[in-house]
Amino acid sequence: MSFEPKILGFLCNWCSYAGADLAGVSRIQYPPNIRVIRVMCSGRVDPEFIFDGFEAGIDGIIVMGCHPGDCHYLEGNYEAEKKFNMVEKLLSFVDMNERIRLEWVSASEGNRFAEIVTEFTDKIKELGPSPVKDPSKANVLLKNINALKMSAVSYRLRALVGRERALTEQENIYGEKVSLERFNDVFENAIFDEYVRNRIVLSLKEDTKSVKDLAIELNMDPSKILSHILILKGRSQVSMDKIVGITPLYISTLEE
Amino acid sequence: MEKVGAVLVVGAGIGGSQAALDLADSGYKVYLVESSTSIGGVMAQLDKTFPTNDCAICIVSPKLVEAGRHPNIEIKIKSEIMNVSGEVGNFNIDLMEHTLFIDQEKCTGCGICGQECPVEAIDLFNEGLSSNSATSVKYPQAVPLVYAINRDYCIGCGICKGVCQAKAIDYKLKSKKTQLKVGSVILALGFDEFEADVLKQYGYGKYKNVVSSIEFERILSASGPYSGHVLRSSDGNVPQKIAFLQCVGSRDPKFGKEYCSSVCCMYTAKEAVIAKEHTEGLEATIFSMDIRAYGKDFDKYIERAKEEYGVKYVRSRISSIEEIPGTKDLKLTYETEEGKIISEIFDMVILGVGLTPPKDASKIADTFDIDLNKYGFIKTQPLKPVETGRPGIYVCGACSSPKDIPETVIEASAAAGKVNIDLSPARGTLVTTKKYPDEIDVSGQPIRIGVFICHCGINIGGYVDVPAVVKYAETLPDVAYSERNLYTCSADTQSLIQEKIKEHKLNRVIVASCTPRTHEPLFQETIREIGLNKYLFQMTNIRDQCSWVHMREPEKATEKAKDLVRMAVAKVRLNTPLSTVPLKVNPSALIIGGGVAGMTAALNFSQQGFKIKLIEKDKKLGGFSSKIYKTIEGDDIQEFLQELINNVENEDLIDVYLGAEIQDIDGYVGNFKTTIIQDNSKKKLEIEHGIIIVATGAKEYIPKEYEYGVNPNVITQKELENRLFNKGNFSNIKSIVMIQCVGSRNEENPYCSRICCSEAIKNAIRLKEQYPDKEISILYRDIRTYGFKEKYYREAREKGILFIRYKKESPPELISNKERIKINLKNERLGDILLDSDLLVLSTGMIAPSKENETLAKLLKVPLNEDKFFLEAHVKLRPVDFATEGIFLCGTAHGPATIGESIAQANSAVSRATIILSKETLMIGGIVSSVDKDLCTGCKICVRICPFNAIIKDDEGYAYVQEALCKGCGVCGASCPEKAISIKHFTNEQILSEIYALGGNIIE
Repeated sequence: MSFEPKILGFLCNWCSYAGADLAGVSRIQYPPNIRVIRVMCSGRVDPEFIFDGFEAGIDGIIVMGCHPGDCHYLEGNYEAEKKFNMVEKLLSFVDMNERIRLEWVSASEGNRFAEIVTEFTDKIKELGPSPVKDPSKANVLLKNINALKMSAVSYRLRALVGRERALTEQENIYGEKVSLERFNDVFENAIFDEYVRNRIVLSLKEDTKSVKDLAIELNMDPSKILSHILILKGRSQVSMDKIVGITPLYISTLEE
Repeated sequence: MEKVGAVLVVGAGIGGSQAALDLADSGYKVYLVESSTSIGGVMAQLDKTFPTNDCAICIVSPKLVEAGRHPNIEIKIKSEIMNVSGEVGNFNIDLMEHTLFIDQEKCTGCGICGQECPVEAIDLFNEGLSSNSATSVKYPQAVPLVYAINRDYCIGCGICKGVCQAKAIDYKLKSKKTQLKVGSVILALGFDEFEADVLKQYGYGKYKNVVSSIEFERILSASGPYSGHVLRSSDGNVPQKIAFLQCVGSRDPKFGKEYCSSVCCMYTAKEAVIAKEHTEGLEATIFSMDIRAYGKDFDKYIERAKEEYGVKYVRSRISSIEEIPGTKDLKLTYETEEGKIISEIFDMVILGVGLTPPKDASKIADTFDIDLNKYGFIKTQPLKPVETGRPGIYVCGACSSPKDIPETVIEASAAAGKVNIDLSPARGTLVTTKKYPDEIDVSGQPIRIGVFICHCGINIGGYVDVPAVVKYAETLPDVAYSERNLYTCSADTQSLIQEKIKEHKLNRVIVASCTPRTHEPLFQETIREIGLNKYLFQMTNIRDQCSWVHMREPEKATEKAKDLVRMAVAKVRLNTPLSTVPLKVNPSALIIGGGVAGMTAALNFSQQGFKIKLIEKDKKLGGFSSKIYKTIEGDDIQEFLQELINNVENEDLIDVYLGAEIQDIDGYVGNFKTTIIQDNSKKKLEIEHGIIIVATGAKEYIPKEYEYGVNPNVITQKELENRLFNKGNFSNIKSIVMIQCVGSRNEENPYCSRICCSEAIKNAIRLKEQYPDKEISILYRDIRTYGFKEKYYREAREKGILFIRYKKESPPELISNKERIKINLKNERLGDILLDSDLLVLSTGMIAPSKENETLAKLLKVPLNEDKFFLEAHVKLRPVDFATEGIFLCGTAHGPATIGESIAQANSAVSRATIILSKETLMIGGIVSSVDKDLCTGCKICVRICPFNAIIKDDEGYAYVQEALCKGCGVCGASCPEKAISIKHFTNEQILSEIYALGGNIIE
């Protein structure tokens, strides 16, 4: 049997859900793989939902909202885009960024809705089943996705993405507009750092490990691992368990 | 005789629908009568709208759905007014409801009849560019969604009756006469397009590739005849070069209409821009006379069309089109501005057809005993823009003069505002407030879910194995009952659902059928009637998004339907009752600004019996209009203004505060508290009120150009008007030069001030009438005498007033100011011109008082546009509302406007505000967000991100949701770094349960 992916769509009530309805009224046929969750606004889609979706074994996730300027809630779709960009960056660390998509569909674009869904379904078929479902990869991958999710719900990333438009489109507290390059510089570093840190925390939850162990596991420079460990200690997420010989071993203090 | 608390609205386009909604929300019963089979009018046909390129159906559809299900609105489709008698407060209306041959009560809109109908008919919604069936619905999103048999095409084969499982078709169904009693009437008849086949030179109707602008609108639409691909109808090829012709049938007294149709310049620019978005590399050329981009942010749109999209403008009126035999391409010959004659071949020509009165205008005018003007539109007066002359009968939109969507919406609410004055004593007398049983307390009860799965005739049942889905539903956790219905939406199924709820003690209900966008409220009502909170309902869409789109894969469609039901079950298990609580409304208004707009609004409120606090920063009332003497049509403004001021001053319900300044505004819709100080005194005054209207106005630009203020012979248009109307001395003046657009449409103020062209022409005509020997020249960029004002432009030229055009790049230069004023001007055709004059008159624009507006905008927490005018909630459909509930705007605070337009806006704002003030309480709650204080850190991200200003910091520094302002979009919840905000009915847990249900396991 050929692979039939499970695809999840988050559709905003006002434009894209109406566009999907119009595809129906017009009897435009598209692959039956998509299942839709209706939300009032694409801006309601919490980054967390995407990672939960992948953890639940979904193969591809598409978010659809109103075209820029058309949002029923004025600017919700712009917020959706910022959050989506963050999720996309995070997913690129596990090579799953092609499994998500953000599209604008209006209430009159039944055809466009069907085309996008068809094209996305084909894309996911081509990519094959989610690696989460591959027993040989699942163990590590689920840990990585969990680290991504923890990053997406972390205060730091949410605080940054929540302020992105205010800082880059209006002004900061000094009355200056922050350039997108400068913001992205700060933001992209934060995304990567938070991911690695969460990954370390999860790894240390399983077992006590040394900086060197972690460096091998995560394929990173030990000095970088050490600096992350120091920050995690500061956040009380990691503590030193014991020193074996000359090598300190660390443990996660994160509660279940 | 007692007044009747009902209103008749004739015509259900955007104007009629808006008026109906305003009135229905303010406590009146509304009969919304439409001649076609669906509401929505021309706006529903449009692809996009200028100047924002908003998708028309996206923005209008929610309004139509709302009108369709409003308990106080009764829609009468395919209906006609036969006779009208009585007077304001008590009209008797004879209505003829023409038969659809389909029972509206029974038709579910499933569409099987249309699919099976073997006879094709012309699809008028697509302007005849495609066909539908003899049994059809006007357009897919039609409200009401009811099919009708078109007897012009139907051959009587009887197939539709056979396939209709709802038993709605009845070939013997007769048209029926009804009598309605109403207190007032609003006519919102709309317009018809100019029929271009009259203009033989353009070959419309003969040349396949010459199409009208409304046809092109359908061609551009994704749901149009070519699914949004721009194609030539002669050969189906994609055109590479399109010409757009302006003023087809407009500004053409010989063959067309004398007046300007007001909207064509903008819709053509939009169509050219959208066409270029559709086809890469498309060349779009617009042939126009003046470009009349006189509305808010319109000039910027034209600039973008030229600069960003590369739309080419040629200032020329095309005299004829020639079709090339064989290729069916079209040859246009025109003269360039430099005087060169050029022939150019185009693949397609779009005729920018003008607006004409609706075809039935004269019949309707007869029926209602009202007058038409000389152009055949319903007659109104400049200072009474929505009054027909017969008391109690009002008009809005394009049936009184050509106008665009926001102007129509403004007038629709303005007409409703006038009805409020007539009928406020009868408010609430004819609306029925439904009595519901007390809600059943389901807390602590074990969850018992009922699942109702719809066959929708064969629409679902023909593709999805409904019995299998029912069986599957029974296996899901907490499902106590499951069944299938032929039509779950039918009236008998509603009683059945209620019986089953009782019989099986259900406390959660799922319907798997069509789309919740149209049907959720019906089922929520059903369960509420039996005592269940409406949020204990969940709907899932197995038709529009399942059976209809997977017709060739019934097994997979069935699997999908099962998944969707499983997801709905997971969600509904977490649904909880949500409550709404009443919030008391202070029934008084605060109006900021004592000009014509503010005073008009105040008087409308007072005539309804509401209390008003009117604050004005100056020492006297009157505002900008104090400097205007007459309108171009000849109305006496000073007399009008004095009467207005007297009425305001003599009205007990209006408290006027002169020399007043706002210090602080606190609270929100229903309960504001505003602190003002008067005359720079230390004494603060606190005012409590339920709503706010911003009517702060604009001010005149003081020119820096042309030695104004230095040379006494250089004056502004207002100063000229003052001299003209106060017996000023013109004896030493032989020639007068007027310069248009001084301080407008430039880098500093990149917008058109809308009124200056008419003001200049008004004064020039008066001068010429008083002193026929004086030479008058008007130097202009575009003459923007929109609508019926075009007449005066013609009259001015006939009187010998000289109009000379200049370009933005080369404005008139002041050469010498010794003795006489010398002006040098570059004109494309005439070259350098030197003009001598004794008086130079500068037509200066309107500007926003930027400092004052910035201060007030901060206090109100509402936005300004780039030009520092106040920015409304939605440019098209909410022109006098702010996004923040309970705050409205009118007059020139919104942007340049005539006095008549300001009056319409004022009555419009009052109507919008009356929706709030007419209620003792506002119900708040339902789908809103709420903050968990224990998690909130006070970072304020939500405060900044909420577009409705619904979230504030409370006294302790935590985020606090003002439920009266929250619209439930959920953006705050998705943004909160501490996940302290949850969105009721769309909580993280609820959405996650759906995700995991799809993933395969329902989380506990």
